Parts: sequence; structure tokens; C-alpha cells
Amino acid sequence: MATSTVGPALERHGLDDGQLRWMLRNMLLQRTLDNRGFQLNRQGKIPFATGSEGHEGIHAGSALAFERGRDVLVPYYRDIGLCLGIGMEPMAVLLSMFARAADRSGGRQFPNHFTEHAIGLMTISSIIAAHLPHAVGAAYAMKLRRESGRAVLAAFGDGATSEGEWHESLNFAAVHRLPIVFLCENNEWAISTPRDRQMAVADVIEKADGYGVPGSLVDGSDPIAVYAIVKDALDRARSGGGPTLVEAKCYRFLSHTTDDDDRTYRTRDEIERHRHLDPVPRFERVLVEHGVLTSDDVSAIKRDVLAEVNDVTDRAEALPFPPAADLYVNVCAGTHEPWL
Amino acid sequence: MAIASPPTVMNNVEAVRQTLYEALKDDDRTLILGEDVGARGNVFLITKGFLEEFGAERIIDTPLAEASIVGVAIGMAMEGLRPIAEIQFADFIYPAFNQIVGEAAKTRYRSNGDYTCPLVIRTPYGGGVRGALSHSVSIEALFYHVPGLKIVAPSFPADIKGLLNAAIDDPDPVLFLEHKKTYRLVKGEVPAGRYTIPIGSADIKHPGDALTVVSYGLYVHQAIEAAQRLAGEGLSVEVIDLRSIRPMDGTTILASVRKTRKLLIVHEDNKFGGIGAEIAAMVAEEAFFDLDAPIRRLCGPDVPAMGYAATLEDEFMVSTDEMAEAMRELVRF
Amino acid sequence: MATTITMPQLGETVTEGTVAQWLKKPGDAIEKYENFVEVSTDKVNAEVPSPVSGILREIICKEGETVATGAPIAVIDEVGAATAATSSPPGSAPPAAAHVPANGSANGSAPHNANGSGDGAEFAESLRGMSPAVRRLAREHRVELATVRGTGANGRVTANDVLAAAERTLAGATVNAASTATHEPAHAAPAPQPPGTSTYGKPIPGTVVPLSQARKLIAKRMTESLATAPHAWTMVEVDVTKLMRWRTQEKDRFLADRGYALTLLPFFVHAVVQSLKSQPLLNARFTDDGILIHREINIGVAIGLDTNLIVPVIRAADALSIGGIAVAAGKLIAKARAGTLGADELGGGTFTVNNTGANGSILSKPIINGGQAGIVTMEAVVKRPVVVEDAIAIRQMMNVCLSLDHRVLDGTVANAFLGELKKRLEAMRPGGDL
Repeated sequence: MATSTVGPALERHGLDDGQLRWMLRNMLLQRTLDNRGFQLNRQGKIPFATGSEGHEGIHAGSALAFERGRDVLVPYYRDIGLCLGIGMEPMAVLLSMFARAADRSGGRQFPNHFTEHAIGLMTISSIIAAHLPHAVGAAYAMKLRRESGRAVLAAFGDGATSEGEWHESLNFAAVHRLPIVFLCENNEWAISTPRDRQMAVADVIEKADGYGVPGSLVDGSDPIAVYAIVKDALDRARSGGGPTLVEAKCYRFLSHTTDDDDRTYRTRDEIERHRHLDPVPRFERVLVEHGVLTSDDVSAIKRDVLAEVNDVTDRAEALPFPPAADLYVNVCAGTHEPWL
Repeated sequence: MAIASPPTVMNNVEAVRQTLYEALKDDDRTLILGEDVGARGNVFLITKGFLEEFGAERIIDTPLAEASIVGVAIGMAMEGLRPIAEIQFADFIYPAFNQIVGEAAKTRYRSNGDYTCPLVIRTPYGGGVRGALSHSVSIEALFYHVPGLKIVAPSFPADIKGLLNAAIDDPDPVLFLEHKKTYRLVKGEVPAGRYTIPIGSADIKHPGDALTVVSYGLYVHQAIEAAQRLAGEGLSVEVIDLRSIRPMDGTTILASVRKTRKLLIVHEDNKFGGIGAEIAAMVAEEAFFDLDAPIRRLCGPDVPAMGYAATLEDEFMVSTDEMAEAMRELVRF
Repeated sequence: MATTITMPQLGETVTEGTVAQWLKKPGDAIEKYENFVEVSTDKVNAEVPSPVSGILREIICKEGETVATGAPIAVIDEVGAATAATSSPPGSAPPAAAHVPANGSANGSAPHNANGSGDGAEFAESLRGMSPAVRRLAREHRVELATVRGTGANGRVTANDVLAAAERTLAGATVNAASTATHEPAHAAPAPQPPGTSTYGKPIPGTVVPLSQARKLIAKRMTESLATAPHAWTMVEVDVTKLMRWRTQEKDRFLADRGYALTLLPFFVHAVVQSLKSQPLLNARFTDDGILIHREINIGVAIGLDTNLIVPVIRAADALSIGGIAVAAGKLIAKARAGTLGADELGGGTFTVNNTGANGSILSKPIINGGQAGIVTMEAVVKRPVVVEDAIAIRQMMNVCLSLDHRVLDGTVANAFLGELKKRLEAMRPGGDL
């Protein structure tokens, strides 16, 4: 490991080179898959995709703090990097985009509404904040069963913090001191609604006090910082310290989805003014500057990621849609017929 | 092995209470959450003493927030507990509508079986108790439309025990409706020991062959009384207690209508779009050539709710006399 | 390989797009996923990445031109990385938002044909106010609704009224037939005819024999039966050697005791009844709403009179022993010959037996008695050499023929019935129960 010769030493919060590299690769994988969704849509191959550009740092850092096999993740539809980071296969992303039969939801859900019970990835709907009471219930189950060392990581955007169920969830979790971290990925935009039309406070964590929940603010473009804060919060939850509201600031660089055209509500200038918040080139630079990776290493990772994404794209595309008869399965455990 | 105990006579509220008690004792994963279910023991005293016996972690006095009562219960269910959520009065259930219809009912479907939601939501409904606009409504018509959600509404104590156990055992969400007026009004024999009644099975509470009457809730008791009156007049009426709203027992209804050729549906809920509409449509589709009279529905009027004043409530509710008259008319048609 | 690029669908409800700007010109190299054209729609503006690597060969859609989704906009010559992607890869058309349901009415109920008769307006008029149950029951039981008195509200004809009338109606319809049929035998000789007139009993060549009521009815009924029911036919051979021996042993004593002849008929009818119990589809009638399986077993026994066939009915034949059937049949035959059969003795048959063998026939192809599912004949008993356990023996053989309504029955059921019948007849032997 080369010592840094440029600027102050890198604050690693105990992470080794392998873990730092892992985070970068996760971020690059996320970005490539994300962009692939938009590309496939613009090619007319898939009807719909969501964008998560700008969230890579939050996702990589949080995923690293997540304990595989123990914690539960209740994400929202922009958390593609978080889901990959806790162990979901890239193929799952393409299967959901192409709505293939092999998709874990059987091609039923919109893209990026993942489910994988085996790795603790909870199924969600598209209804904003409706998943948060579920996260609270899952945390309650852990507490009731005295499962220390387990916690729930519930993620959402800034818009979700206006929904009634967001408030009910924080309240319930606080009253019962539940092992849960509420992670707000504040990218300043809820489709076309900017933060100052969404809330009267400057930061989401200002709402935490009202519920008796400690709040932490972190720069979401710095995956190491995110890792440290989220790990802290998760550790506190796992050891009976109760809930935390973590607000990670970032910026949403793309439109909300492929059906949204952000040119109708923000200028290109505004986006460029936030470009310095882009976590991917920033983290690449940090790692190269501190000798964790060379720029050739970074290029190699990018090539490798692209090859992987191309491979899963082609493989997923070749698979079939679910057959029409699949519409009728898994409504209920037994028959779903209303008349018996 | 103990010798089977004889059945006990109890009222509906006691049937709910005993069944819940046994469920909590039998299975550590079971818990109850809702407003005032702990220290107060539920506003009808159904869970009185449960907090002391089972502890505050399993008998949860929740904050006043219906959406999260159901939402948190969903999360508990998805992670392996068997929660029984209570909505204090059915009239308060609307904030939880999304969690019930959009989340609980769709959990298995949207994850294609990766997650399931074995949740029971209990709530008292119905009028005739001077409950006015927010303590008297029937809600089944709002929910029975939803695939993935089961709904039961037993109103005899033996049925309550069997169906509540079935609801607790069911791996999918069940809305358990308890008619509040029948809580203390209806008494009956309840067999000892744990048993279940299959969800989706109706019960002929009064056999007959000249007219089929389908009902549930408070009104099934009135319908039976009316049928007994008519029997005294030489008119033979069959009363079917639906017990289960979704799924519904079409087999029993059709067999009865094919025998009697006439159908009267009686329910407390508003007529337009009430469950009587679905029953009438199904019978017309399946037994058209067996019908010797138009299908009739005797239901609540199409106004938002029954009023607090006795005159208003009485106008809303259907009396036993009215039921008997409707039955007579149809038998003689 | 040349790949045609088409206008993508950018957004769920978008149906066309405009080429805003070409980012490449013909001859330029393009990488797979490289943006090569900018497209705008009313929802979204976007740069389109190429599905293949290659050289842009031709621009089809000019800048500023608007084309429908799926229309060709350019051609790229693929080179380099092998890609099987064609211009319209599988699933390229996004699942249409407006998906036509495969079946509009998925309620699963078999379509009920509410139109049960072809008589149109007249029929409808006569049925105004009649409930579906009343119409169906009237049709099934052939009840003339106009003749039924209603006991329901406002004099409405109820389903129960129709059912009560069904018995009378059945007999009533047959009363017409019976009264005309019995007229002939009642006048043992035809009504006084002018000398030289041709009659059925004495037909004269070159003349026209006038049709009696009975003859008219038979003609109508037989034509109707053949026209309505597709007839199929089958037969079995029955070894009645032991049965004949039994009958021979019993017949004198039976006549002395009971006063009626013990012919082969009652044995046969008894076996038929038992076989009908096992094969109820033979004791049935075809209706548009389903095959009506009769509750009773009423056996019509075809009897040939001088001028026509008549078919009195042994009612509830399943309640009778062989001896009982012999007595019942004997009485009916006597009445038939005397012309004193009543309407209730002529109606309500559910299955018919015809003793064609009495005329010497060994094979018949009978016509089904209107509305029944089948008709069975007993042919003449003939001594024949047959193979019995690989040796030749002389046995008394009787053919049994069955005409069946192929709407109700097919070979399998029909032959199962005949098989039963044969077994029972061949099991009949001296010492059995009469």
C-alpha cells in the first residue's frame, strides 16, 4: 500500500484498500446499470427505467455498513446501488427492466422494485413512504425476538418525509426504541418539486427532534463518510440504542424516470452547478490520489463492469416474458377465486 | 388425553376474547396491537387482562395512527410474527386503506410469493347502538372488491371462534368484522377446544324450501326470527348466514336458490354497490332458469350514515317486521 | 449485415417522434450504445444510443421530420462485435398500455341460451310475465302454459303450478293420441265403408287408403322422432336356453294361478328395467338444457293391433317382479285388444320394449318412441349352433336390438346397457324368482 503524498491522509474509518475498491466498483456498477436502463429505453427496448445518478456514494457507503445475513433492507425504487451492495445480482436489475419471467417478481413489478427475502431485501410498492411502517414492523419483530446484532435500514427520498406514514413511522420507532436506521437520500428533488417547496426546514434531520430521534447529517457524495455515519447508526440500533435519522445529501443528475423530462422544471446550468457533487469521479480521484488505485486500475474496473453489464443485458434480453397464465398465481396461498 | 369438554354458552364478545387469549397462549409469534388494547383492555373489554398476562411487548397500545397500526403489523407479518391488528371502530379504518388494499393484499402477489403477509385486522362495525355517523358504518363493500384480501363477518359465537382461528392461521391478510351490536346481544354454545371453520363457507341457520334469504351480521338474527314467524304462518323460508364475505359461498347459495327459486338478500350496508349487488349478479348469471321471481335486496338506504337521533337510526335500520313482510311477499309471488 | 434503426417509443403514450439532430453522418463509425441521433417527442427529448456497432450507411429520416413510432430512420452496416440484434429486437415494442383482455367475460359460466324455441313473437307473447323457471319447466315438461291456472300473486303462473300441471299435460297430450288410436280398435271393423273402398286392413291396388287419426299420428310421431333424434343402432346376441327352460317349467302353473300368460316378455322387461337402473342414461330424454334423467321407470310395451301399433305403459316397472310384470302386461294387452286402454295407461313412458320377434323378425331397426333415449327389441328365438367353450352346441339364441338417440347416448353407454341386459337374461334359469 503506497503512502499518500498528496494532501492530508485519507480518513478511512477503518476501511482497508479492498473495501474501498469494493465501494468504487459498486458505484461504477450502479452507474453503468442505471445508464443502461436509460439506453435500453431510448432504444425502445424497455418501456421504463428510473435514474439514480448521484446516489452512488450513499449506496456504496450504506451497503458496506449493512451486515449481510443479519440486517434487513427496506429500500425505495432509486436504491439500485444499495440493493446490489447488499448482495443482489446485477442480473436481477436487467431481469426487472426487461420484465422477464425469471425476474423475482415474475415480471409483475416496475423496474427497480426488487425483492429477495433470502438476503433481507424487502418487497416494496411504488407508494412513497408506505414501506416505512413495514420497516418499523420488521424492526419490532427483531426486538421482540431479542435478536441483538440485527437492525433494519429503511431508505427513502426527501419527498417521502412529507407523507403521513413517514411521521407515523418515526414516531412509532422512537416510542418503542426500535433497531432501525431511517436513511434519507436527500437529492433536493421530488420529481419536479424542489426541497424548499417540500419542507420549511433546510435539512430533513431538523424534523427528527420532533420525534425524539437523533439525527445525523452527512455528505452523500463521500462514500467513506456515509459508511461511517450509517455504521454508527446501525451499530447503535443493533445494540438497543434505538432509531436514528440519517440525512445524506446528494444531487439527482438525471430526470426522475425515463418518462420525466427535467428540462421542463430545471436548467442545465443548475445541474452543472452541482456537478462537483457527483460521487463517482470524486471517489475515483480520491482513491487514485491516495494511492489506493492507479488510473489504469480504475479503467480496468470500468471495462470489467461494462463487460459484466453487457453480458447480463444480452442474457436477460434473450429470456422470455412470463406466460399469460402467470397472471393468476400467488394471489393467495390457496385459490384466489372470490366465489367458492 | 383429556376427555372432550362440553360446549360452553357465551356471547360474541366473550367468543372473540377467548379465541384471542388461546391464540396468544398457543403461539409466541402472536401479538395484538391497536389503540387502547393494553391498559384499557379494548373499549369493549375484549383484551382485558391480556397486558398483565402477556406483557407490553405483545399487547401494544399504539400511537393514535391507523395507517401505521396496519403498516407496522404488515412489517411484523412479513418478518415472521403473527400480528392481530385492531382498528378501534371500522369508521376509523379509512386512513389505513392504502396499507390494507395497496400493501397487505398485494404483498404475496407483487413479490410472487417471496414475501407473504399473514395478518389479521379486527374491527367492530355496524349500527343500532346510537353510534351516529362515525361509530356505525359497515365497510365490507369498500374492501370485498380487492383480490388478495379475505373478509369474514361471523355473528354467532361458535362461528366467531372457528373463523377467528382460521383467520389467524391463514397465511394471507384477513379482515375480521365484528358487529358491535351483537357483542353482548347474541349468545350461543361454543364447542370446547381449538377448531377452525373454513373461510368461504356459509351456514344454513334456518332451513326452508319456498324462499332463500341471504344475510350476515346483526340482520341474520333478525332474518331467522322473521323466518320462524313465517313458519308459524305455514311459509317455509331458508336463511343462509354468509359468515364469509370474500371468498363467498356460491355453492350453498346456488343449491338453495335452485331449490326455492326465490332470493332475498338482506344487509345493513347501503344498497347501491353493497355486497347484495354481487350476489344478485352471480345468481342471475348462474341460476337464471331457476328463478321464479326477481331477486330482491332489502338493504340500508343510500345515505352517508345513520343519524344519532333515534328516529334517524330507526329509519336506516331494517326491522324484523319489514324483513318478515318482504319474505311473505316473495313467498307468495 | 445491415440493421434498420426505427423510431423508438419514448414514453408510454407516445406514438411518434421527430428527428431533432443527427449526431453522425453517413460513413461515420458508431459504437454499440453510442448516441448517434437526438429525437424529440411531446413528452421527452432524448439522445438515442445505437443498438449495434458499425458504419452509418443511410439516413432515412431527415432532421426536423416526424415519423410514427417504429418507422425506419436509418440503416447501419454492422461490423466488428457480432451481435444478433436486428432492428426490432424481441420485446422492443413495449407492452402496450392498452392491453386487450383475452376474454371480456371471464366469469366462467356456461352461456345459457335464453331462447328456447323458434316460434318467435307468438311464443314471446304467450310467455309475457312468465319467469325463467316457469318457461324452462314448461318447455321441459311440454306444458301448455295457456292451460295452466296460476296460483301466484295476481294470478301469476308459478313454477309449482307448472310442475303440478306437468303430469296432466303429459297424459293430456297422450289422451289426444290415445283417444284417436283407440277409436280404431273400438270399432273392430272399420266404419261402414262404401263397397270397394280401400282400407288399411284391406288395401286395394290403385286406390288411396284414407288416413285414420291413428295413422296420421303415427306418421307425425315417427317422422318427428327420426327428424329430431339422430338414430344409431346396435345389437347383441343372447343365449336364452336356460331362460326358455325356466319359462317352460313355470308357464302352466302361472296361468292357472294368476290367470295371465307367462310369455318371454315379462322376463325381458324385468331384465331391461334392472339394466336401466344401472344405466340411467337410457331412461332419459334430451333437452336443450341438459339430459333429463327420469325418476320413474315406465316401460312402454309395443303391441301390434290390426291396423296399427299401440304402446301401453307399465308404470313403475321397477317396483314389479317378473310375475308382476307379466300380470300388468297381460292386463294392458287385453285392454288394448278390447280398445279400452285409458289415457293414463298410454302416457308417461320413459323407455320402450318391442317384441318384434313375435312376428318372426330376427333383426329390427326400430324408431325411437318420441322423446325417449332408446328403444329395445326382442327378436325371435331361434335354435342355432354356437361355440360354447370351444365346442359346438345347439342353443336357443335371441337377438336384442337397440336404436338409440345419439344426442344422449353413444356406443359405449349403449353397449354397456346391452351388455348388462344380455348378462341378466343369460343368468335367468329354472329356480329363479318370478
